[in-house]
Amino acid sequence: MSAPASTPGLVDYDEVVERFDPVLGIEVHVELNTNTKMFCGCPTDFGAEPNTQVCPVCLGLPGALPVVNRAAVESAIRIGLALNCSIAPWGRFARKNYFYPDMPKNFQTSQYDEPIAVNGWLDVELDDGEVVRVEIERAHMEEDTGKSLHVGGATGRIHGAEYSLLDYNRAGVPLIEIVTKMIPGTRERAPEVARAYVTALRDLLRSLGVSDVRMDQGSMRADVNLSLSPRDSGVLGTRTETKNVNSLRSVERAVRYEMTRQAGVLLDGGPVVQETRHFEEASGTTRPGRRKETAEDYRYFPEPDLVPIAPSQEWVEELRGTLPELPWERRKRVKAEWDLSDEELRDLVNAGALDLIAATVAEGAPSGEARSWWVSYLAQQANTRGVELAALPISPADVARVIELVASGELTNKLARQVVDGVLAGEGAPDDVVKARGLAVVSDDGALITAVDEALAGQPDVAQKIRDGKVQAAGAIVGAVMKATKGQADAKRVRELVLERVNA
Amino acid sequence: MSADSGAITRAEVAHLARLARLAVNDQELDVFADQLDVILGAVARVGEVAADDIPPTSHAVPLSNVFRPDERRAGLTQEQALSGAPAAEEGRFRVPQILGEEE
Ligand SMILES: [Zn+2]
Repeated sequence: MSAPASTPGLVDYDEVVERFDPVLGIEVHVELNTNTKMFCGCPTDFGAEPNTQVCPVCLGLPGALPVVNRAAVESAIRIGLALNCSIAPWGRFARKNYFYPDMPKNFQTSQYDEPIAVNGWLDVELDDGEVVRVEIERAHMEEDTGKSLHVGGATGRIHGAEYSLLDYNRAGVPLIEIVTKMIPGTRERAPEVARAYVTALRDLLRSLGVSDVRMDQGSMRADVNLSLSPRDSGVLGTRTETKNVNSLRSVERAVRYEMTRQAGVLLDGGPVVQETRHFEEASGTTRPGRRKETAEDYRYFPEPDLVPIAPSQEWVEELRGTLPELPWERRKRVKAEWDLSDEELRDLVNAGALDLIAATVAEGAPSGEARSWWVSYLAQQANTRGVELAALPISPADVARVIELVASGELTNKLARQVVDGVLAGEGAPDDVVKARGLAVVSDDGALITAVDEALAGQPDVAQKIRDGKVQAAGAIVGAVMKATKGQADAKRVRELVLERVNA
Repeated sequence: MSADSGAITRAEVAHLARLARLAVNDQELDVFADQLDVILGAVARVGEVAADDIPPTSHAVPLSNVFRPDERRAGLTQEQALSGAPAAEEGRFRVPQILGEEE
């Protein structure tokens, strides 16, 4: 992969920042984790066989009528409240009409000019602790689209394909779109701010329990809007919208790439084209997509098959009462409780470990052990696998259970790591792994005594040394016993038994 | 009904046709422009009887907050879902080449 900066047409990043001010805007789509779709009772499970989670409503069959999922509206209101938004006392759904087969109805049911939540903000902490307040324009409810597969042609893209195949399992899954206001003044930190915002939003949504927020599975997706203004001019440039940004790292890369690309176009005297672009994960570049249709082209109009949503003040307040401890509140509390320095706290946050540790502590584990597992052994495992800590297939409850098993003496630290390996390998919960792999500590003295006696008999010279008072020689016998028990004995207890049995 | 309340132009019909990926020839542009004019004119008459103090409405019934619980209901099997499709492949609806779009 050649460095993008050396490709003709791109401008060196330092020069971009010297000559232009980037203006960011970020749209995040998040699939809610409700049991059913937005307007029908179909399941929302990820990865089902194609077109097995569909019904007349989400297939847009004639005469089918949608009914709003109450739980989805509640999640939308809770998201709005957590983002410090006002909740609209009255609002309608609208039809967004377009000719593309990912919605079998030929329109997407969305909210247009009457979103459920408006005018909020989210404080975002950067890597060095600086806090940027990102203003939220709106959060609105809509439904996800189906998935298309383009057949024929070399690239799997629409262009060059002979035909397309549609799976509508995802069509109608509740989706919340969260749109920021323009984020000016980020200068050279624009890519970092973009990533930090999406990270903070993901953590918030996770703590609300409203979504799986898996960017790798598409349950959270970010579109990055970017334009460049000539430095200190305040004149807004033409923006592009980059889609297909499927990881936190990609958010940062996409912003950075668009900055260097747009600067190249502008310094070349050309206009930036207002368009949708697609992020290419492999090369870290963006390529042009379709010219944006204007809002007018979607011919939005109020959805006649649904009645308005008018959340009462009481309902909103009741939902406000269900908001959990939010990530920034938790950070403040944890910092005090665990007696962390600013730097220690930031390291835990940046490693994506803080919420996991807190959740492990909430499952009953001491904070020291919980921290130690997540920032050392599990962090190594995540690193090896090239995934984020939170994406490891082990839950805080699993980790808490392993810690409990060590505390009760049923596992040694070494065995505990093997149990964790088993959980990560998909062998089940810690207790299942202990049982299946036969990993419990040999705590039965009878079995240990036999092993100790055998080891002593096997090395009579060492046994004599111990009897002569060279206690450190016991290490060889302990080692032999540990080997014989495949490491499943408690070394301390073995040592005690060796010293006891040598004179027996 | 006169077409003075914003007649549909041929250019607008051409634009709509492009959004719908329809190939419309010159003669059809005239035909559709006239027809759409008549339809819009008929609908526009509502505006003549609506007084300023009558807010626009989107629904005939004054209801709000009609919800269903988040409970699963049996839908269609894959065979049922695809039974009305002109073409299907690998359990999916097969549609012709998508024109004028890039993903
Ligand atoms: Zn359905």
